[in-house]
Amino acid sequence: MTTSLSQRVLPVAVMAVAVIAVWYGGAVWLNAPQAMEAMARAGKNWSTADLVMQTFAMKRPVLPTPDQVVVEIYHSLTDYPIGHIRNLLYHTGVTSASALVGFVMGVVLGVVLAIGIVHVRTLEASLLPWIIASQTIPILAIAPMIVVILGNLGFTGLLPKAVISMYLCFFPITVGMVKGLRSVDGMAQDLMRTYNASARQVFWMLRLPSAVPYLFTSLKVAIAISLVGAIVGELPTGGQAGLGSRLLSGSYYGQTVQIWSALVMSAVLSVVLIAVVGLAEKLVGRHTGAHP
Amino acid sequence: MNPLVFLPLVAVVLPFGAGVAAWQHPAALVAVGAALASLLAARLRPLPPLAEALVLLAGVAVAAAASLLLLDRASGIAAPGLWVFLVGLAALFWHALTLLAQGEGAGRVALVAGLFGLALVYLWEAVVRGFGVPSVLLPAPSAILAAMPPRADVLWDDFRQTVLHAVVRGYLIGCLSGFAVAIVADRIPFLARGLLPLGNLVSAIPIVGIAPIMVMWFGFGWESKAAVVVVMTFFPMLVNTLAGLQASEKIQLDLMRSYGAGYVRTLVKLRLPNALPFLFNGLKINSTLALIGAIVAEFFGTPIVGMGFRISTEVARMNLDIVWATIVVAGITGSTLYGALALAERAVTGWHPSVRRRR
Repeated sequence: MTTSLSQRVLPVAVMAVAVIAVWYGGAVWLNAPQAMEAMARAGKNWSTADLVMQTFAMKRPVLPTPDQVVVEIYHSLTDYPIGHIRNLLYHTGVTSASALVGFVMGVVLGVVLAIGIVHVRTLEASLLPWIIASQTIPILAIAPMIVVILGNLGFTGLLPKAVISMYLCFFPITVGMVKGLRSVDGMAQDLMRTYNASARQVFWMLRLPSAVPYLFTSLKVAIAISLVGAIVGELPTGGQAGLGSRLLSGSYYGQTVQIWSALVMSAVLSVVLIAVVGLAEKLVGRHTGAHP
Repeated sequence: MNPLVFLPLVAVVLPFGAGVAAWQHPAALVAVGAALASLLAARLRPLPPLAEALVLLAGVAVAAAASLLLLDRASGIAAPGLWVFLVGLAALFWHALTLLAQGEGAGRVALVAGLFGLALVYLWEAVVRGFGVPSVLLPAPSAILAAMPPRADVLWDDFRQTVLHAVVRGYLIGCLSGFAVAIVADRIPFLARGLLPLGNLVSAIPIVGIAPIMVMWFGFGWESKAAVVVVMTFFPMLVNTLAGLQASEKIQLDLMRSYGAGYVRTLVKLRLPNALPFLFNGLKINSTLALIGAIVAEFFGTPIVGMGFRISTEVARMNLDIVWATIVVAGITGSTLYGALALAERAVTGWHPSVRRRR
């Protein structure tokens, strides 16, 4: 299906405008009671325009406007040095560090499990159902447990969060890799057999290259959920640093603008991380001569 | 056969506890005897694989049960015989599983998976009790099970608050509205082209982050948790339904048109049935997301009931048995939801190639 650029861009643009319009409308609607109270206390007569202006400029709005969030992020990024506790980039760094460590651990675990499952039939029959079952239980419920257990063993800071990320993100990688390692063309497999290739050669020269596209699809899913794991892992640690702790302290003190800016920042971080994986996919694809 | 299966012979000469030799404890004798007897029975005369596996499994079961009696006196590395014996037992068990897995059939696969799960729980129990792991770190499965009946009323209240109130309502609202919007968007392609990128974006961002906002808007009750669940489940359902509605082939649509079927009839008779595998995919993804959303939202504030509340407060008070019991309840709930959906899918889409091939 070929669609022209305007056919693709226009609906997205309209949708974006609609989302922003709904956001501002919602800000007026949700903030109006508070704003009216504030202006009634000031004791002046006010028009509808005054009310709208007031709802867009509250200190602790029920729903902050997009521009308030953008200004908050901008101030936090520019007013303080990068390592400062009030700089949002510092918290983003803390969260992405544990998300990335967990992601790497998850990739290693996921790939190792997938290789085992593909090569050992008993492992496939016994382990694969439990890997699926492990994902149907709400893993994030265990997050505080993992933090406490590892804390008792003397591991604090980055590692417990990374373990939570790992637990969340190994699953799509295992499933994708199993599919990918099995996606080998029958003809190619026969060819390898006529060359008298060993199991190891078949793996490195045939199975692994054909699994790469599946791997990257899974990696994009995995890196997004490893970020979720890192953020949720920060909730029970009591809010020292990280985007999750910004969410938590914002909700304790009613700082809605802080919550929203942490949320927007985590969305941006997630999109950037996925884009980086996509870029790596392109580079690897070019290197291995994949057809676009 | 793996040479490790002969480890029980080595184990006999090693102590089975602090200063306890294998022949001084009847349970140790029973365990070693059962393992070796099943090994002999299975190997002396050639048996078909299924029979050999069953004989070995019977021996392993008796030996494992007898070993449980020894665990409390094991005191860790003072009982090398017990651990060597258990390694040998594991090798024997693995051999039996390999024999079982050679056959075909869904029943056999379920049996292998079930036995493997039991073995994992046994390993957990053995390590925790054998090495005296403090229950603050990791309680034994038996201890968790024992903690459940006395606290059943608390667990039930939490279950009702989190699952029956928040998850079920949020899940139904989220999935139904996602489905309805997808039907509308399918009719208006402009809307679909705008919504799909938005749906992909939302699936990429950590949506549980809206939990504190929803708690602020809808209060501490179950309404805020249901709202988080609605937002989390809406887009997966939307994206999957849209994809499913595209799944009908052109030739099928042409056939419907040649029958003179209108939009509604084509939708109901052709496109929705074709979309069912996608719908179930969305429903299954959402069943997990809904539980996660409700539990995480409770970390941000609840009345003093609910699974997420129980976990986060009792962890802080080091009452880990009730925490683990709650996790067990959550796990059973999640697996049951997922399993029920999978069964329903198999019943409803039995005609679909992806289900048919597995038979």
